[in-house]
Amino acid sequence: MSTVTADPHSDAHADHGHSGGFLSTYVFSLDHKVIGLQFLFSTLIWFFVGGMLALGIRWQLAFPWRPMPILGDLLGAAEGGQIAPENYTMLVTMHATVMIFFVIIPVLAGAFGNFLIPLMIGADDMAVPVLNMLSYWFMWPAFALIGASFFVEGGAAQGGWTSYPPLSVIAEAAPGSLNGQNLWLLGVTFVGIASMMGSINYMTTIIQMRAPGMTMFRLPMTIWAMFITAILQAFALPVLTAAGFMQVSDRLLGTGFFLAEGAMANNSAMASGGGQPLLWQHLFWFYSHPAVYIMILPAMGMVSDILSCFSRKPLFGYKPMVYSISGIAGLGFIVWGHHMFVSGMNPMLGMTFMVSTMMIALPSAIKTFNWLGTLWGGHIQYTTPMLFAISFISMFIIGGLSGIFMAATPVDIFIHDTYFIVAHFHYVLFAGTAMAVFGAIYFWYPKMFGRMMNDSWGKVHFVLTFLLMNLVFYPMHILGMQGFPRRLADPYHYETFRNLLPMNQFISYAAFILVGLQIIFVINFFGSMFFGPRSGRNPWRSNGLEWQAPSPPGHGNFDFQPIIYRGPYEYGSPEVEEDFYPQNQPPPEAK
Amino acid sequence: MNRYWSVLFLLVPIGGVATFIVAPYFNMGLPRDVSEHGHVIDSLFMFILYLSGAVFVVTQLVLFYFSWKYEQGSNDQPVKYSHGSHVLEIVWTIIPAITMLFIAIYQMEAWATAKMQPPDIRPLVEVTGRQFNWDFRYPGPDGELYTADDFVRTDGKLYLPVDEEVLLKITSADVLHSFFLPNLRLKQDIVPGMDQSIWFKATEKGGYDIVCAELCGWGHYKMKGRVFFLSADEYEAKLEEMRLDENTMRVVQDDTLDTDE
Repeated sequence: MSTVTADPHSDAHADHGHSGGFLSTYVFSLDHKVIGLQFLFSTLIWFFVGGMLALGIRWQLAFPWRPMPILGDLLGAAEGGQIAPENYTMLVTMHATVMIFFVIIPVLAGAFGNFLIPLMIGADDMAVPVLNMLSYWFMWPAFALIGASFFVEGGAAQGGWTSYPPLSVIAEAAPGSLNGQNLWLLGVTFVGIASMMGSINYMTTIIQMRAPGMTMFRLPMTIWAMFITAILQAFALPVLTAAGFMQVSDRLLGTGFFLAEGAMANNSAMASGGGQPLLWQHLFWFYSHPAVYIMILPAMGMVSDILSCFSRKPLFGYKPMVYSISGIAGLGFIVWGHHMFVSGMNPMLGMTFMVSTMMIALPSAIKTFNWLGTLWGGHIQYTTPMLFAISFISMFIIGGLSGIFMAATPVDIFIHDTYFIVAHFHYVLFAGTAMAVFGAIYFWYPKMFGRMMNDSWGKVHFVLTFLLMNLVFYPMHILGMQGFPRRLADPYHYETFRNLLPMNQFISYAAFILVGLQIIFVINFFGSMFFGPRSGRNPWRSNGLEWQAPSPPGHGNFDFQPIIYRGPYEYGSPEVEEDFYPQNQPPPEAK
Repeated sequence: MNRYWSVLFLLVPIGGVATFIVAPYFNMGLPRDVSEHGHVIDSLFMFILYLSGAVFVVTQLVLFYFSWKYEQGSNDQPVKYSHGSHVLEIVWTIIPAITMLFIAIYQMEAWATAKMQPPDIRPLVEVTGRQFNWDFRYPGPDGELYTADDFVRTDGKLYLPVDEEVLLKITSADVLHSFFLPNLRLKQDIVPGMDQSIWFKATEKGGYDIVCAELCGWGHYKMKGRVFFLSADEYEAKLEEMRLDENTMRVVQDDTLDTDE
C-alpha cells in the first residue's frame, strides 16, 4: 500500500512504523492494514487459481474427454490435454478446497477483518500485532503444501473437499490418497492455525480496544459479523484440527478411527475396536457447517453497511440484525447433521437436525426483510458497491430459499449430492459472498489505496458478472431436479442424464465468459492504484469511523483521538443539515 | 435516469417465473417416478417449490419496487429516518417461524416411511458396492439369502419383481458409495461395516439407472448399474436363468454368513 499521505500526524508514527525498510514495512509488517492487503492480494491470486480449476470441471462436463485447449496440460491432464478421470475428481476436490480455505474464509476474515476492525472501532492496531502477522504467514505453509500437492506422485487430494474416509484414508483407494491427502490435511491444519490466531485477535481487539464511546451496540454490522465469526471459528476449528490429526494418524500410524474393522465383513455388526467412517463426517461437519456461516456472515455485515450508506438511511432493525447474526451462530452448531441425512446416520437424528435446520432459516429471513426495510423510503444512490450489495440480497433470497428443499429430509433423499446442492451453495457463496466481496472492494478501495476505482467500468463489471453468474448457476437447479449427480466426470452414459449435455454446454460457455470478463475487474483494480482520482477521506459521505481517518490511514490509523457519540447508521438525521452524521462528530449542543 | 438500474433486479423474478412457464415444454422437471412412495417426495418438492416460489417472486418484486421508487433522483420525499419497527420484526419472525414449523412437521411422516419403518419381509437381494461396480447376490433355490446356494452377478444388472414390496441389503466392500435410483426417488449412502437395508415398491416394468452418488474414486463416473423390474413370472424365470448361467459366481465357502437373518 502507498505510504504517501499528506497527513502530518502519520509522520509522527514514522519513527516506529516505517523506518524498518522494505521488508518490515511490506512483508513482515505488523500493521493490520498491510496484513489485510497481503491477505487480499493472496486471496485474489488463489481466486484466479480456483477459477481455472472450475474451468477444467466445466470443460469436462461440456466436452467429455475432449482435449482441453491451453489449460489442459496445466490442469492435470493425462496426455494431449485430455482430462483423466482421476484428475477430474482432483479438480472438484481442489476447486472447493482452494475456494473455501484460500479464498472465501481468508478474504472475509483475513483481508476485510484485518483491514476494517481497528479502523471501524477506533483502535490504532490489533490487540496483538505479532499474532496478526503470524496469522498471515501461517497461510504460506498451507499455500506451499497444497500448491505442491499437485506435483507429488498420485497428484493432489481426490477425496472431495469433504475428504470422507475410507476413500481419503486408504492409500490404494485413489491416486490422490497416496500422498496428496497428507499434504491436504497438513495444509488445512495450517489454515486452521492461521484462522485461530486471527479469531483470537479479533475477539480481543473488538472487546478491549474500542474507542471511547464505542459501545457494543454502536458497532457497525461488519464488526458484529466479524466478532461472531471469530467466535464461531474459535469454537469450531479445534474439532476440525483434531479430526484432521485423527485422519493423519489413520493414514500414517495405522490407527482406525475412521475405518471399519475388516472391510469385507459387510454384514456383521461393527467389531469392537473398529472405527466408524461416519465419525469423520460428524466431526468434519461440526466444523464445516459453522464454516458455512463463517463464509457468509461477514459478507452480510459488509452488505448491511454498504446498503445503509447508499440508501442514505439508517439500517432498518439494527438490533434484530445483531440478534439474528447471533442466532445463526448459535443454531449453526446444532445443524451439522443436515449434510448427512442419507449418510447412514440414524434417521431419528435426521429428524431432529431437520427441525433445527428449518429454524435457522428464521434469522436469515429476518435479515432479508430488514435489508428490504433499509431500502424502503431511502435515497438510493446507484454506485458500484451499492449495485453489488443489492444483488447480494436478490441472490441470497434464491440461495436461502433453495436451502429449504435440502432441509426437507424426504426431498433431500432425492436431491442430495445432485447439482441442486451445487446450485444452492454457489448461489450463497458466489452470487452471495463473492458479490459482496466485490462490492466491499469497490467500497473500501479508496480507504485502502487513497484512490477511487473507476465507477463506469465497475458497473460494466457488475452487470456482466450479475447476468452471467445467473446463467451459470441458475440452470444447475434444473440439472439437480433431474437427479444430475455432482462429481461425475462423464454422466452422459446414464440414460437419465443423457439429454442434459446441451444444458451443461450452455452453462460452460457462460462460465468461460464469466471467468474471462473478470479481466475488467483486474485492470480496474490495479490501474486505479496509479491512475484513479484521489478520494480524500470520505468519498462516500459515510458515517463509519474508518472514513474519518486519512486515506490511506497512516501507521496508527487516526490523526485524532476518536470519541464516539452515536451508532454508525445516522444517515438523514434531523439533528444535522448534512444527510450523514459521522460517529465521532460531536452533537451540536456539545460543540 | 439512474432508477433504471433497478430493472436489472426485475429480471430475476421475470426469469424465475419464465422457467416455470417453459419448463413443461422442455421436459425440465423431475425424472419419471416409477415407485409407490415417490409421489410423496415429488409432491413435497412441488409444495416447497410453489411456496418458496411465491416468497421468491414477492420479495424480488418488493426489492425491485423499492430500488425503483426510492432512487435518489426519483424520490422527492425526505429520507424516512427510521431505525426499524418492533411490530414488523415480530410479524416477519412469526410468519416464517410458523411456515417453517409447518413444513417441518408436514414432512416427518414421509421421512419416517422412507427411512425408519422397514417392512417385515425377507431381504431379496444383497447389493454390494465396490470400486467401481455393483454386485448383486441372489438367493438360491431355497429362497433364503445368506445360505450356501446363493449366487452373485457382477454384470451390474439387478432384476427385481414389480408391484411388490422389496427389501434389499446394501453393503460396501471398500469405500463409501451411494445407491441412487433417480426414478424411484431413492438414495442411501453405503457405509462399510454398517448393517443397512433399503426398501421400495416399483410400480412399472422396465429398466432404470442405478447411479453411484457418493464420490468413490477415479472410476466413480462409470459405476453404473441398471435395475429391471419384471413381473413375478418373468422374475422367477430370470432367477433360474441367471442361476444356470455360466458367468454366475457361486458362493462357495462363505464365512461371512449373516446369522441374524
